[in-house]
Amino acid sequence: MKDMNEGYVTADGRQIGGVIMEMKNITLRFGGVVAIKDISFDIREGEIRAIIGPNGAGKSSMLNVISGFYIPTEGEVFYKGIKRGPMKPYQVARLGIARTFQNIALFDGMSVLDNIMTGRLTHMKKGLMSQAGWWWTGAAAEEHENREKVEKIIDFLEIQNIRKTPVGRLPYGLKKRVELARALAAEPKILLLDEPMAGMNVEEKEDMSRFILDVNDEFGTTIVLIEHDMGVVMDLSDRVVVMDYGKKIGDGTPDEVRSNQDVIDAYLGVAHD
Amino acid sequence: MFYREAGDFKTSYREDSQTFPIKFDRLRYYAVLVVAFGIVPLFINDYWANAVAVPFLIYAIAAIGLNILVGYAGQVSLGTGGFMAVGAYAVYKLMTAFPDVNIFFHVIIAGFITAAVGVIFGLPSLRIKGFYLAVATLAAQFFLVWLFNKVPWFYNYSASGQINAPERTVFGVFVTGAQTSAMAKYMFCLVMLTLVALVARNLTRGTVGRKWMAIRDMDIAAEIIGVNPLTTKLSAFAVSSFFIGIAGALFFAVYLGAAEVGEAFGIQKSFLILFMVIIGGLGSIFGSFAGAAFLVLLPVFLKNVLVGTLGWPTDLAAHIELMIVGGLIVAFLIAEPHGLAQLWRVAKEKLRLWPFPH
Ligand SMILES: Nc1ncnc2c1ncn2[C@@H]1O[C@H](COP(=O)(O)OP(=O)(O)OP(=O)(O)O)[C@@H](O)[C@H]1O
Ligand SMILES: [Mg+2]
Repeated sequence: MKDMNEGYVTADGRQIGGVIMEMKNITLRFGGVVAIKDISFDIREGEIRAIIGPNGAGKSSMLNVISGFYIPTEGEVFYKGIKRGPMKPYQVARLGIARTFQNIALFDGMSVLDNIMTGRLTHMKKGLMSQAGWWWTGAAAEEHENREKVEKIIDFLEIQNIRKTPVGRLPYGLKKRVELARALAAEPKILLLDEPMAGMNVEEKEDMSRFILDVNDEFGTTIVLIEHDMGVVMDLSDRVVVMDYGKKIGDGTPDEVRSNQDVIDAYLGVAHD
Repeated sequence: MFYREAGDFKTSYREDSQTFPIKFDRLRYYAVLVVAFGIVPLFINDYWANAVAVPFLIYAIAAIGLNILVGYAGQVSLGTGGFMAVGAYAVYKLMTAFPDVNIFFHVIIAGFITAAVGVIFGLPSLRIKGFYLAVATLAAQFFLVWLFNKVPWFYNYSASGQINAPERTVFGVFVTGAQTSAMAKYMFCLVMLTLVALVARNLTRGTVGRKWMAIRDMDIAAEIIGVNPLTTKLSAFAVSSFFIGIAGALFFAVYLGAAEVGEAFGIQKSFLILFMVIIGGLGSIFGSFAGAAFLVLLPVFLKNVLVGTLGWPTDLAAHIELMIVGGLIVAFLIAEPHGLAQLWRVAKEKLRLWPFPH
């Protein structure tokens, strides 16, 4: 394995930094159900880290622990070397952690543009009173600055033509893309993607893979990705954590994981959709 | 003229985020302002002011307030009447305690006081939703009415238990009291409504509005993108109650002149304004206007046509009004939750594409 704190350069020339987030002995219980059992792993700055495993392995739960939505029953989360205390999800968002959901969680009553604009909330500081004044108090100026950033993301993800469409009317694949746009609008340090390609056709998957690589490459965003499609995982990720029944059974580069006997037995051997 | 956006290209985000992005809409909006401020005051008389114009202006303010809470932030409230009463009693206490201060400021301060009360009664929304929240706000309604009846300090120990608005002027013109002209009442309420609508529009088109809608559409996702549910919900209660308080203050001081709390601000008021919001359109400022206009005009219209022209008995006309409103509520709730505002939008959409619908 590479050295813990030093960065390195990948074969395709991307700079990977030191550890930005570390999960130490995480256990998560829901009543009697143990969703995560004593798992430790780290995430390096700038890398694409995949979490794979069969259905019910605890992957989404792990993502929820990282995003602060679940507080682990046991164990600790370190962010930039500092132990993270119990936090509300909206406070975690302000640390620069954004995510998408396995079951799309967009705001259906709002347009695509407004949905993506909500991603900028953590960057918009004008309070209620200055919002009420709009032109006079600089709220309009702030709105337009942020709108410009959002427009760049809209261009980047090639969704210009649906800007004003209410999100509820979009097909599934586009919804996934809008959700990614909303997460990107936050300009996160770490981006958590829960099955961003589930239910997509080959072409849509290729598009999405390209976007993920571009985001990582252009903005240096650290990405944690849950995905079932092994081809995609092997292509995209720098390192992979493999989970099964809440336990970690493998951790390493795609090649290392692929040749790990436990993983082959527990996961790759199992027929999977 | 044609209703088109063709040739009307937006070259900046500023232009694109205008309230009325289509030129024709903008012109019509200015026309409405000119008529409302320049022409109506010249012709308004006591009948039109008291039966239609003034109640419409005040109910529109209240409907905008309730729409912020219900339509934008997705929190149910049946306490509107009670909050209007807070505005009314606040303005009454202020008017009698500080007779030298201009009533305009009293009305605004009454709004702030109602906002504070609204925040207190909004606290349960942090734990409960939907039906349970509705019941909690219903309790607020009854509690507030009871309070204003029970504690004589609120009505300055008057023998009747009523509150009476003293005479007050703005720029030397009476806006409350018996000597007030129809035009003065109308103009004072119109200015208030214009300010309220502007502020509401500014709040709903920016960050605050998006936070409210995010909480309404999916509170868990909202929290994960950085929305603090506590401050967001309470800000919706505050802003909503602020407007409703202003409406209550005007309803008492300018429109009624004298009020008994249970009669003027009872549960029927809460329902009336909720119906305005539902019929007009949830989550739409224009809808608040449309709903208020509709429910103010409907009884006037029915009375003139059924009683005046056809000679039907008054109580029959009143029953027919109830049936129409009830039917419409059900119809809108089932078929078009976005109300008249949506019907209007769809009509415009059709018009924009006409005559080539594809
Ligand atoms: N909120 C919850 N309450 C109770 N049990 C839960 C909860 N969330 C997850 N679980 C349980 O924890 C286990 C792991 O679930 P999780 O959703 O993390 O799996 P996953 O790896 O994401 O699966 P999938 O591939 O199907 O998305 C499952 O047994 C699930 O039933
Ligand atoms: Mg999952």
